[in-house]
Amino acid sequence: MGLYNYTIEQVESMLHNKEISAEELAKLSLDQIDKVDNDVKAFLTLNEEEALKKAKQLDENGDYDQKLAGVPGAIKDNIVTKGIRTTAASKMLENFHDPLYDATVTEKLAEEDAIMIGKVNLDEFAMGSSTETSAFQKTTNPWDTNYVPGGSSGGSAAAVASGEVMFSLGTDTGGSIRQPAAFCGIVGMKPTYGLVSRHGLIAFAPSLDQIGPMTRKVKDNARVLEVIAGYDKLDSTSSSKSIPAYSEQITDDIKGLKIAVPKEFLGEGVSEEVKEAVQNALQMYELLGATWEEVSLPHLAYADATYYLIANSEASSSLARYDGVRFGHRAEEATDLIDMFKQSRAQGFGEEVKRRLLMGTAILSGENNEKHFRKAQKIRTLINNDFQAAFQQYDVVIGPTTPTAAFKFDEKIQDPLTMYMSDRLTVPANLAGLPAISVPCGFTEAGLPLGLQIIGNHYSESTLYNAAYAYEQATNHHKKRPELGGE
Amino acid sequence: MANISKEDVLRYADVARLAISDAEAEKYSRDLSAVLTFAEKIQEINTDDVKPTTNGNDAKGVLRDDTPEVWGEREKIFDNAPDHEDGQFKVPAILD
Amino acid sequence: MSYETIIGLEVHVELKTKSKIFSTSANAFGDDPNTNVNPKDLGYPGTLPVLNEEAVNFGMKAAMALNCDIASETIFDRKHYFYPDNPAAYQISQDEQPLAENGWIEIEVDGEKKKIGIERIHLEEDAGKLIHGTDGSLVDYNRQGTPLIEIVSEPDIRSPEEAYAYLDKLKSIIQYTGVSDVRMEEGSLRCDANISLRPVGQEEFGTKVELKNLNSFAFVRDGLEYEEKRQAKVLSEGGTIDQETRRYDDRAKKTILMRVKTDADDYRFITDPDLVPLYIDDEWKERIRKEIPELPDERKQRYVAEFDLSDYDAGVMTATKEMADFFEATIDLGADAKQAANWLMGDVSAYMNKHVKELDELAMTPEGLAKLIKLIQDGTISSKIAKKVFAELVENGTDPEKYVKEQGLVQISDEGQLREIVNKALDENEQSVQDYKDGKGRALGFLVGQVMKATKGQANPQMVNKLLKEEIDKR
Repeated sequence: MGLYNYTIEQVESMLHNKEISAEELAKLSLDQIDKVDNDVKAFLTLNEEEALKKAKQLDENGDYDQKLAGVPGAIKDNIVTKGIRTTAASKMLENFHDPLYDATVTEKLAEEDAIMIGKVNLDEFAMGSSTETSAFQKTTNPWDTNYVPGGSSGGSAAAVASGEVMFSLGTDTGGSIRQPAAFCGIVGMKPTYGLVSRHGLIAFAPSLDQIGPMTRKVKDNARVLEVIAGYDKLDSTSSSKSIPAYSEQITDDIKGLKIAVPKEFLGEGVSEEVKEAVQNALQMYELLGATWEEVSLPHLAYADATYYLIANSEASSSLARYDGVRFGHRAEEATDLIDMFKQSRAQGFGEEVKRRLLMGTAILSGENNEKHFRKAQKIRTLINNDFQAAFQQYDVVIGPTTPTAAFKFDEKIQDPLTMYMSDRLTVPANLAGLPAISVPCGFTEAGLPLGLQIIGNHYSESTLYNAAYAYEQATNHHKKRPELGGE
Repeated sequence: MANISKEDVLRYADVARLAISDAEAEKYSRDLSAVLTFAEKIQEINTDDVKPTTNGNDAKGVLRDDTPEVWGEREKIFDNAPDHEDGQFKVPAILD
Repeated sequence: MSYETIIGLEVHVELKTKSKIFSTSANAFGDDPNTNVNPKDLGYPGTLPVLNEEAVNFGMKAAMALNCDIASETIFDRKHYFYPDNPAAYQISQDEQPLAENGWIEIEVDGEKKKIGIERIHLEEDAGKLIHGTDGSLVDYNRQGTPLIEIVSEPDIRSPEEAYAYLDKLKSIIQYTGVSDVRMEEGSLRCDANISLRPVGQEEFGTKVELKNLNSFAFVRDGLEYEEKRQAKVLSEGGTIDQETRRYDDRAKKTILMRVKTDADDYRFITDPDLVPLYIDDEWKERIRKEIPELPDERKQRYVAEFDLSDYDAGVMTATKEMADFFEATIDLGADAKQAANWLMGDVSAYMNKHVKELDELAMTPEGLAKLIKLIQDGTISSKIAKKVFAELVENGTDPEKYVKEQGLVQISDEGQLREIVNKALDENEQSVQDYKDGKGRALGFLVGQVMKATKGQANPQMVNKLLKEEIDKR
């Protein structure tokens, strides 16, 4: 039986009862990768030797008490791992063989004895919605390899959906955890901004970036989040709030939960199949004792534009450090310093990254800085105000994660604006710093998964997990498995 | 309607230290114009008394003690460097 | 047409915290290249800044000493530019909400006192260092992240002399606060100058030129003087001044065009999303205010009042904190204030200049100087011998009392003994005695010299004078 069949809780008890060893778990993971990764193409770098060594060590010590003991996981390749190549799926960092330090989340996973199987693919520097902008490979959707897995955490989503690992870490700047989770039929949580340390997360747009867990089941997700969350003195924007044991507190009793459904989330461009899936989910919530009302959050209409102005501006700043001096790609044939900068960056970055850097530079230059960037930061405040008004009366905001199910390769990549607009349901949570989770809520006629997005107020991850868990337990979507998921 | 000309793109590319061809500049000029035109819609909202949100959360006053620490991986920094000499990073000559 | 000169100065001062402003690497000068670095200093992907509290304390202390208002909420911004010594390709600095604003210092030029406004003081990180070679340049990031304050003056300075006086005063005040070594030769104080000319009576400022590469206060003054003349010439010939950056070549004694401002000078400021606003409450401000020591101007006034020093002497004694502290320590040990000031301004300063040494590098301690002064005052040694004792004291730190005793340098004040020597000198120089009696006063000086020679300089000069006159009268 493959990893797909287990939850973290089950693995925990099996390890304690000696029904399985950590080494066997690691091998299940590596075997599945061996079997399907030629098609899925999720992994950029495997940590096979170290993973097996650590698993054996756990078995020798017989100590499985840590929260993720023996659980095989994957890390998105824009999170640094000491001693392991970290590329951000960019040619710029293709030879960045050792970042020389660990991200805080990497350390936390290791402290809880998770087994780090490898680094997974993403859109270059997390800029994209399909993982097609990776400089190295095109990860496929395990439900149908003609379709994209979503992005930018496409490798993280596909690795979990295909049963290669039990969990993965993704990063979410404008939907990059939730959208691929929805496209691949798994659970993806984008936590409150500041809940998880960004130390060691290769920045795209630092005021929006957040690391979060991707798993097949809600409870597993809660378990991983409680491991990686928490104050970090190395991240000035990290929250000092104490972290509850989400997975232990989780309950499927959501009687009295008050749900707001913004009409802006079910408007133009949202497919009928998606609308129907959300309507069905809302009916299920009624059955579970929750109530829902349609509301209006008027500034959501501006979220997509606001997001791209801010994200690309910050990106042009964050990615300025790749200059070919201390690490990363350097153009060989450069004649002088400035030429070296320009050629190295031109060769090291892909088309989408360059497009965004140019856009960000344009937005921050001269009068545009005040007119566009500053203005967008103000709209950001208004978007958060809309949410805060809603949270005065409602516990959660619900809508679809994406306007459509997964699309085919090359369908949108040539048209940046269409691609950007497909993120409009996920970007509001990033702009407002709110936690948001995507849970499977059905399938299209073509058999592609759909995701339901639940957004909560700051630090209300527990509420989101309860809402997601109750829904998951009441439905069967999560029991379906893709062909590539293994036995 | 925002219009970012090819010349604008070349200027921004210079500032962003990106070598781009004329053909690329042409294409990016269309892309940037389209996206910025789309972004124009935020101008219709009055934001006169609105404070900008510049950070992802409202954390404040995060400070660290003045205690120096020695980093243990120092000797490996040149393994990642494209070029180095005498314990320093080497770059091509600077023409002003 | 006559022109008025408008000068504004931007001074960068390195703060001597133990660690860097946004990383935990040591903040130290002179170590091997790239030893005081970590991933943050190298701009590694994923690294984040965390603000060093002491850098804020130091910045506040300097700003308060310069009479600034401290912000209650201050914000850090990213200033973007590509250069190998700037690893993130942005410098964390402060744009719209700096640490402090609205300060001033008082300068004095040709006896005229004048207040120069300080527009703002902000915190930022220093860059690494680039060494230019023939086939490329080498980068050392040890300095990257050293805390800096940038002190921006109002355009209140009207002459190169005023600029010099401003820098001198600024350096003195900051040195007193102890937050920086303010050593221009080590780069812990650096200065850029903006200068423009406008026709006398015109309200509007002319186009300003930025001067860089000013490696000493004298070069600041000289560069500005050159630039003042150059601009006046261009303008009077009907030309226009371009907004450009020039550097001062101290050998050629002129300013040379470095570059004209371009798009790359658009720094595309954004609030640093990796840092959060810093709130400084009144309690914090008061805590820092209490730590500010007595500053040079206050101290100078006190010296005039308390020790009866002249304005000039008090100014010299308070120019650096080391000098003032040394001076006061010497007095506290019982030395006469005026004597102490004379020694410090005279022989001590001469010695320091000659050997290019700072006060704290001398072997001499306040104890030593106080003893020397006491030995002179109580007549134990003559002023001539004192010079010899001083040479020993300043060079080797030898205890003056011990030295005088061991070397037998004690002044001869025994009347009987001296009278004998005096008479011997008179006997041997009858012509001089006669000359003196004939009204040639200088003859007495010669006779004094003879007595001093005979006693190897140890005779008490006042007594020698008195006894000579007495004995001559008897003849």
